[in-house]
Amino acid sequence: MISARAGKVDTGRARHRLSNSELTRGDRVLRAVSGVASVVPTAILVVIAAVMFITALPSIIFSGLSFFTGSVFSFGNLYATTTVTHNGVAAPPHAVYGVLPLIVGTLSTSIIALVLAVPISVGGVLMLSEIIPRKISDSLGVFLELLAGIPSVVFGLWGVAVFGPFLAAHIFPPLSAIGHLIPFFKGPVGQGQGLLTASLVLAVMIIPIVASTTRELLRRVPILAKEGALALGMTRYETVRVVTIPYIRTGIVAASLLGWARALGETIAVLLIIGDIYSVPSNVYGNTSTIAAWIASTLDGAFGDTTGAGIHALAELGLLLLAISLLTNFAGRLVVRKVSGGVLPVGRGV
Amino acid sequence: MVSRPRQSHIRAGIFWTLCGIALVLIVAPALDIIVSILAHALPVLKPSLITQSTSGTQLGLQNAILGTLALSLGVLVVAGSIGVLAGLYLSEFAPRRVASVARFFSEVLAGVPSIVVGYVGYLVLVNKGGLGLHYSLLAGVIALSALILPYIVKTTELAFSSVPRTLREGAIALGMSRGKTIRKVLLPPALPGIVSGLVLALAISTGETAPLLFTAGFSDKNPSGLLQPVGYLTNVTYTDIQLPGASTQAVAYAAAGVTVLLVLLLIFLGRRVTLSSRRMIARMDV
Repeated sequence: MISARAGKVDTGRARHRLSNSELTRGDRVLRAVSGVASVVPTAILVVIAAVMFITALPSIIFSGLSFFTGSVFSFGNLYATTTVTHNGVAAPPHAVYGVLPLIVGTLSTSIIALVLAVPISVGGVLMLSEIIPRKISDSLGVFLELLAGIPSVVFGLWGVAVFGPFLAAHIFPPLSAIGHLIPFFKGPVGQGQGLLTASLVLAVMIIPIVASTTRELLRRVPILAKEGALALGMTRYETVRVVTIPYIRTGIVAASLLGWARALGETIAVLLIIGDIYSVPSNVYGNTSTIAAWIASTLDGAFGDTTGAGIHALAELGLLLLAISLLTNFAGRLVVRKVSGGVLPVGRGV
Repeated sequence: MVSRPRQSHIRAGIFWTLCGIALVLIVAPALDIIVSILAHALPVLKPSLITQSTSGTQLGLQNAILGTLALSLGVLVVAGSIGVLAGLYLSEFAPRRVASVARFFSEVLAGVPSIVVGYVGYLVLVNKGGLGLHYSLLAGVIALSALILPYIVKTTELAFSSVPRTLREGAIALGMSRGKTIRKVLLPPALPGIVSGLVLALAISTGETAPLLFTAGFSDKNPSGLLQPVGYLTNVTYTDIQLPGASTQAVAYAAAGVTVLLVLLLIFLGRRVTLSSRRMIARMDV
C-alpha cells in the first residue's frame, strides 16, 4: 500500500497520460494547434537570444576584450558631427564601453544576496515544516507567496524609504566595526543607499525561490526513512541532519542557482536602491550599479546615438547578462532533473 | 556516555534557534513591506486620486490604473490563450521527450532577466528596424506576455496532469474521443487549477516594470487604443519616487499602495481557487 503511494508521487508527470492511438480528426486539429502553442516559449527564447546577439555583434567587434576589462563607460560626444571608426565599426568620438565596474557590482550584490538567502530559506522552512504545527505553518507559508508576489518596484520603494534608512541608522554603524578586520566594511556608512542595502533587498527577493523549492523537497523526503531514524531513537535534529538534509541537498543547490540567476537579473529594485553610480565603491555601503540597472537607466540616452554604437554596447551588456542567467538556469534545472522533476519553481518562485 | 546526549541537546537547541530566527527573517520583511507601504499610501490615497487622470498640475492615477488593467487584460488574452493550449499539449499529447524539452525551455524563459525582455521588446516591436509599433499598449502586452507565458504553461500542465488517471480510463471505456474527453472529463476538474494559474499570472504582470519601460511608453491620458502609449501603476511609482517634491512622492506611494492591494487581492483569490481545486481532486482520486 505504502509503496504504491510512493510510486505514484515519484513518477507523477507522465503516468496519467493515455496513448496517442485512435485520434479523431478533431483530436488531431486540437493536437496540432496546441502543439504550435507549446513551441511558442522556446521560439521566444530563441528570438531573444538571436536578437541580443545580432544587436551586440558590432559592439563585440568594436570593443573586443576591453569591453570586459575597461572601467570607463561613455556614449561619447553624441552631438559631434564626426564619428570615429574602430575595427570597422563607427561610434561617436570619445565613446568607450568598458563594463568591469558593472560586472563587479552585479556579481557582488548577487553573491551576497545568495549567501544570506540560502541558509535563511532552508532554516526557516525546516522550522516551518518540522517544528511548527501544521495549522500555523500553513498560514505562515502564505508569507512566502506574498514575498514572491510583491512587485520589484515596491521592493525598491521599501528599500529606499524604509529599509535603507533603518539599516543606515541601526545595522550599518555596528557592522562597520568589522572594518578593523575586513577593510571593506569600514565606514562611512552613508544614507542606506548602496551595494549592501541592494544585496540585502535582493536576498529578501530570492528567498521565495529557495524556500518554496525547499518546502517542495521536504514534502518528498521518504516518510519511511524519517520514521526509521526516529525509531532508532534519533531526535528530530538528528533526523534532519542524517536523513533530511542529505536528501534535499542537491535540490537546494539547484534552487540556489535559480535564485542567483534572479538576483543577477533584477532591475528596478536594484536601480532604485543601489545609487546607480558608475564606479566600484570604496566600501560595502557605497553607491555602484549593476548590469541590469545600468541598461534600464541609460538605454534612453543610447537612443540618441545616431551611429547606434550605444545601443549595440548596451545590447552586448544585455547579452552578457542573458548568457550568465541562462547558464545558471540550465545548470540548476539539469542538476535537479537527476534528483526529481518538477520541484523547481518557475521565475519568481511560484 | 552521559555527556554525548547532553552535547547533542545543546547543538539541537542552537540549530532550532537559528532556524527560528531564519523564519522570523522570512516573515518580518514580507510583513514590513506590506504594512509600511500601505501605511505610507493609505493617508494619501484620496478618492480624487483614483477618479482623475494626471494633467498639468493635477495629480491622478486613473490613467495608470486603467492602463495596468488594459495591460493585464491583454496579457490574459495573449499569454492566457497560448499558455493554456501549450499546457494542454504538454500534459495530454506531447511525446514524453518533446514535453520535457519544451517544458525545460519554457521554464528557462521565465529566468530571462526582465530588462532583457524589455530590451528585445524594444528592438523587435517598437523600433523602426523591427515591427515599428512605437511605444504602445500592444508592444507592452506582447513583451509582458513573453515573461508571463511560462507561469501559465506550467500551472495549466499541472492542472491537467493532476486529474486522476481513472477518469481518463473511464472516458476511454465509454468510447469518447480525445477532444470530448478533454472538454467533458478533464476540463471541469482542471479548470480551478488553470484559473488560479491565470490569476497568479495577472498578479505578476500587475507588478512588472522592466519589460514595459521600453515597450509601453507612458501616457498621462487614459488608454485609448492598442497602438497608443499607455501609463501604468508601477511606472508611476518608479518615476515619481525619483522626482523631488512631496506631492509627486505621495503619488508614488499611492500608486505603490494600489499595486500592492491589487497583487494581494489576486494572490488571495488564486489561493482560494487552488485550495478548493485540491479538495475537489482529492475527492475524485479513488
